[in-house]
Amino acid sequence: MLETARQFRCSTVRPTELVEGLIDKIRDDSLNAYITLDEAGALRDAKKAETALSNGSDDTLVGIPIAIKDNICTRGIQTTCASDILKNFTPTYDATVVARLRDRGAIIIGKTNLDEFAMGSTTTTSNIGPTKNPWDETRTPGGSSGGSAAAVAAGLCLGALGSDTGGSIRQPASFCGITGLKPTYGSVSRYGLVAFASSLDQIGPMGRSARDVALLYDAIKGHDPRDSTSVPRGFPAINLEGTDIKGLCIGVPDEFFAEGLSPEVEQAVRQGISMFEELGARVVPISLPSVRYGVAVYYIIATAEASSNLARYDGVRYGVRKDGSGDLTDMYMETRSQGFGSEVKRRIMLGTYALSAGYYDAYYKKASQVRALISKDFTDAFKDCDLIAGPTAPVSAFGLNEMMDDPLSIYLLDIYTIPANLAGLPALSIPCGFTGDGMPIGMQLMAPHFREDTLLGAGMTFQDHTRFHEVLP
Amino acid sequence: MREYDIVIGLEVHAQLLTNTKIFCSCSTRAGLPPNTNTCPVCLGMPGILPVLNKKVVDYGIKLGLATHCSIAHRNVFARKNYFYPDLPKGYQITQYENPLCENGFIDIEIDGTVKKIGITRIHMEEDAGKNIHDEKKPLSYVDFNRAGVPLLEIVSEPDMNSTAEAVAYLKELRQILMYLEICDGNMEEGSFRCDANVSVMPKGSKQFGIRTELKNMNSFKNVQKALEYEIERHIGIVESGGRVEQNTMLWNAAENRTYPMRSKEESHDYRYFPEPDLLPLEVDDAWIEEIRSLLPELPSARRRRFHRQYGIPEYDADVLTQSKPLADYFEKCTLLLDSPKEISNWIMTEVLRVLNEHGIDISKLKVTPEMLTDMLSLIKEGTISITMAKDVFSEMALTGGTAAEIVEAKGLRQVSNEDDLKTMVQDILKNNPAEVTKYREGKTQLLGFFVGQLMKATRGTANPKIANKLIKEMLDT
Repeated sequence: MLETARQFRCSTVRPTELVEGLIDKIRDDSLNAYITLDEAGALRDAKKAETALSNGSDDTLVGIPIAIKDNICTRGIQTTCASDILKNFTPTYDATVVARLRDRGAIIIGKTNLDEFAMGSTTTTSNIGPTKNPWDETRTPGGSSGGSAAAVAAGLCLGALGSDTGGSIRQPASFCGITGLKPTYGSVSRYGLVAFASSLDQIGPMGRSARDVALLYDAIKGHDPRDSTSVPRGFPAINLEGTDIKGLCIGVPDEFFAEGLSPEVEQAVRQGISMFEELGARVVPISLPSVRYGVAVYYIIATAEASSNLARYDGVRYGVRKDGSGDLTDMYMETRSQGFGSEVKRRIMLGTYALSAGYYDAYYKKASQVRALISKDFTDAFKDCDLIAGPTAPVSAFGLNEMMDDPLSIYLLDIYTIPANLAGLPALSIPCGFTGDGMPIGMQLMAPHFREDTLLGAGMTFQDHTRFHEVLP
Repeated sequence: MREYDIVIGLEVHAQLLTNTKIFCSCSTRAGLPPNTNTCPVCLGMPGILPVLNKKVVDYGIKLGLATHCSIAHRNVFARKNYFYPDLPKGYQITQYENPLCENGFIDIEIDGTVKKIGITRIHMEEDAGKNIHDEKKPLSYVDFNRAGVPLLEIVSEPDMNSTAEAVAYLKELRQILMYLEICDGNMEEGSFRCDANVSVMPKGSKQFGIRTELKNMNSFKNVQKALEYEIERHIGIVESGGRVEQNTMLWNAAENRTYPMRSKEESHDYRYFPEPDLLPLEVDDAWIEEIRSLLPELPSARRRRFHRQYGIPEYDADVLTQSKPLADYFEKCTLLLDSPKEISNWIMTEVLRVLNEHGIDISKLKVTPEMLTDMLSLIKEGTISITMAKDVFSEMALTGGTAAEIVEAKGLRQVSNEDDLKTMVQDILKNNPAEVTKYREGKTQLLGFFVGQLMKATRGTANPKIANKLIKEMLDT
């Protein structure tokens, strides 16, 4: 992105040319990364960017084409959540993050594919079919922000926004060999993000490098009065240049190298951690005893919140309606039976059950208590270290048809990413190696609340000394 | 028949007079064309989030303090989940485990005896929209203008043992809400709604009977009738050896009876859980004290003070404090003219009559306290009689003119000059010799006849005291 911004200024490339080129590529795209391409809007905004550039605008984001995950509302551009129930829905409002990108002169080029309502880790539950991994089209790009990750990796945009409820930015970033940030809960407004699990959802940037991700994060972060969970505090600009990781203490939890971790992934991540040591960081073993309950806790809290968040899709006011026999209950049943896919229905049912009278205390309440214990684990751990490092996912990208009938194995893919969501911590996935068959591997770094600067600084330093993020599919 | 104890608990929903809705900046105004007073927030559009209107908390604290509740320092909003077309998000944002106010009470007075009615809790929540059914076609419409209007739900203890107590509680609560200027108290239009729980048990029993919940009562009269009907029904069932079925009953005002709601409509599991889109709300002592300092004098206190301070009868104090603006009107008058009983009499008769006839409230009355007291001064000075003053008052209420202007314009000035009146009385005596003779023979009731003649001749402007005195003197000599 920085390079493109430089090229705009010495006129070797114009935003219109860049956008036209991307539009052609996206049209020919075999990955199924986009749901909607906003050709007219992107060209219009490219023209605006050219005017701004000729007027000497020095904003790096002017004219930069960004892709937006299709669960983030865009005014006048349909926002479907990859679901039949919203396939005809066009918002009259921009999400705060989209408005902030537009204000900075960035171009919204289109809306990317995802698992229906962001519920999944493979981008295969989408109503328009799966997105393919640009490194190997027989494999999944990960999910749920698989469309955004694939688009960034394949050069179908310069950067993208995803959303992360249990790893949906970091895991596809790791599967597609790009950099993805799940910011601190409350640092990026959720206004306009179609809610999956409100207490876990966070929008974040995805890009080719920590520098790109930092640029996007800087543009979208900050308090928003329209989101009551956004934190009313100052958010200083992230300045990465001159970052020094000498003396930085990196904690490595045993619990993140557990059963089920692929040996290739483990090796690459451990090498990555050694790299940090070589660069002057100190590595210490730490313990996070409660994180082993993370997946269980997550699938209670996330599904409970989802069962309520998705109640509004009832066919009454917007979206698709199926009348059935004409009776109200029948209309609800038909609309929701036909409008939602099977994974969404599974989670609504799980969540409804977890909140039911007589089960609330045993499930939702208990899960909330364990969630507090997990948070405490991190608070304690960060007394002894500045960052925590480990694998982003236990495996690398697998075949598109693998694990389709095995939701539990899919749920376990989120084992290392879920704890950051439960504790509201910022976490970054950076490329740290490749498997024997050439698939990217990601390393996850986690930091204390609001320490995105430490996180991105470490990511940048790592990338200044490695080439993993520069390799193209 | 055995004797029964009656147990009633009430649940009131009060719509708040905030300018904007509870979670968005739409206006709370009623009566607009359907769905014109909505936005993505109150329509429950995808991706939209609620932001709490702090005024709602202010109002809730106000009512809590006025009803002697303890105010929670930590407030948690909850989602109440159920499907209904008028509920845009598929859940209502309300409070469940941590309500704003708890453990308060209201004093009610029945036949001179004061009774405490406990308030279990008061919490904040959002109103739903309104379903409108087409009578001719199998179609329903939804109007979301009301969706998101703030409500306080006020739950009483089952402390009321008669319909009279229930109605007294409702009236008192409504008056408090109106005094605090946080609710307009309009039952017909639904800004003050009431549901009741009622049960009966043999006199002296400790074991509560099975209760039913009563809904759809939109006036005090309906509350009373519905409760009376339901109590009769319960006693009837128990007397005949049956068991009351726990149910929700709808009052049908046209048929004067209750009907059970279909059980399907109430078999909800609301799946309450903490609202993750709103952080817990901290209410500190400073906030509570600030609201306390803004509390007006409440109806019961004002009633007692009026009786004590102005020496007016309890009945007068009760009538005058029915509404805060009326009580304010009275007090303004007393500042201008030190005749509280006279002012009270005029307000209770003429002022209330005009308000009734014109169907307006006191804020719309054209006669200001200054104008009323100026008029009362004219009576005291003898410029006009009380009878004349009643006409003058009606004219003031109609035109907004002052008493002095109306007296001048209509030539209503009272004639008190004895010489002027004497000439007229002489004429009257001359023209009615028969009556004069009868009077002088002892039929003194005829005095009224002569006074009437004089009033007729002066078009009512003769000072009645002087007229009486003069005629009597002239007949007796």
